[in-house]
Amino acid sequence: MGKVGVLSVQGDFARHRHVFHDLGIETQEVRVPEDLVECDRIVLPGGESTTIGMLMERTGLLTTLKAEIRAGLPAWGTCAGMILLAREVEGGSGPRLDILDVTVRRNAFGRQVHSFESDVEVEGVGTVTAVFIRAPIVTRVGAGVKVLSTVSEGVVAVREGNVLATSFHPELTGDPRVHEWFASL
Amino acid sequence: MQNGGSTPRPASLSQAERIAQKTWREKVGLAEMLKGGVIMDVVNPDQAKISEDAGAVAVMALERVPADIRRDGGVARMSDPEMNQGIQASVSIPVMAKCRIGHFAEAQILEALEVDFIDESEVLTPADEENHVDKHGFTVPFVCGARNLGEALRRCGEGAAMIRTKGEAGTGDVVEAVRHMRTIMSQIRAVAAAREDELYVLAKEMQAPLEQVHTVHETGRLPVPNFSAGGIATPADAALMMQLGAETVFVGSGIFKSGDPAKRAKAMVEAVLFHRDPAKLAEISRDLGEPMVGISAGSLRPDELLAGRGW
Repeated sequence: MGKVGVLSVQGDFARHRHVFHDLGIETQEVRVPEDLVECDRIVLPGGESTTIGMLMERTGLLTTLKAEIRAGLPAWGTCAGMILLAREVEGGSGPRLDILDVTVRRNAFGRQVHSFESDVEVEGVGTVTAVFIRAPIVTRVGAGVKVLSTVSEGVVAVREGNVLATSFHPELTGDPRVHEWFASL
Repeated sequence: MQNGGSTPRPASLSQAERIAQKTWREKVGLAEMLKGGVIMDVVNPDQAKISEDAGAVAVMALERVPADIRRDGGVARMSDPEMNQGIQASVSIPVMAKCRIGHFAEAQILEALEVDFIDESEVLTPADEENHVDKHGFTVPFVCGARNLGEALRRCGEGAAMIRTKGEAGTGDVVEAVRHMRTIMSQIRAVAAAREDELYVLAKEMQAPLEQVHTVHETGRLPVPNFSAGGIATPADAALMMQLGAETVFVGSGIFKSGDPAKRAKAMVEAVLFHRDPAKLAEISRDLGEPMVGISAGSLRPDELLAGRGW
């Protein structure tokens, strides 16, 4: 088994690496295209999607990673990672991978004082505690996209083939089940 | 909506504690999302937009950058809410704002404005010379400055969700930020290496809450993200602080007091990403125009130093 690449351009990438480490799964920090060589899947962490997208474009990682995911590399984006994967973002958000057939609304619940936690049902995983931090939601789901989880405001987890996206942050709760599930895809 | 620092805690804590626990994870969670980035001081929507376009992870909204506060003198206070809201409306990245040390009413106002992070900052004139804001009572997360581990852990004990070195704001001289980061990191190493039965006296000596000292002992890190501020003016300064252990840098006067702010802002963002790659840093540092003029921190009188504020 290869390594799980963790996009380490900006954001909470270290938290994702800790979870995989505790599961005994080797990870690789990914900053430039060459870092992808040994990876057999990729995680796009939370952070600021505008910053991450811009830096990925400057380093050439955007083009390379997009081609890899198109060719079947399993990818999972949390929060900002979901925005980076989305085809469309309401109001726009700069350079993106543009690969997951959904429309996403950024900061859909409002500013930080409206950040919250909730127990949500995730298909394939079960009930997990979801931490939403200035989180996006999915407002349009393409034909090939499967909804995995919803809250009253909308869709918060989706899957399209090899691409998985969650509005929330399983890396912050100490519960490794979503990571374990992604590693088994 | 949560109340501010003056509200006594309820006697029965189970429900309130559960809420505080949950809120805590969201507060520190936002700080985690800001790691590996640059947070830029801005005084108007145009500067905020330039910062966002350059790749800033957040902006700090204030009426005057520290270099101007230093020059103008007088009492420096929380900024006008209208200015804050103008900046909040102009960008999609998080917006931070400063309140005076101990001024929990300013903090309550900033929370009502829904700023994303409050900096209880020594750059403003302190409002209380003994107490800092009780940050546990707020929904919005706080960042506080520190010069050493004891000060950092006292702030964590009060509920800070992020610590930054104080450095010496508004100087463009990185020497104090280096001093504070080296001090904090070496004290963390000492606590991590200590025997468990030595933690009591270490806590006493540092005047730090014992519980927080235990956390540092077990994890070898601060209980919250550890950022750096105060005098960072060039890409090399940013790389230096990141290599010394900072997880993100704040750039105050260094960008918009320089010759070409947009170019410098972009360079600072890239320098944080490539802080361990000297060849890339050399490329990033080229042709940035004039840096901010700067004041040597060593030339300041003790009463002119901002870092001494906070207790």
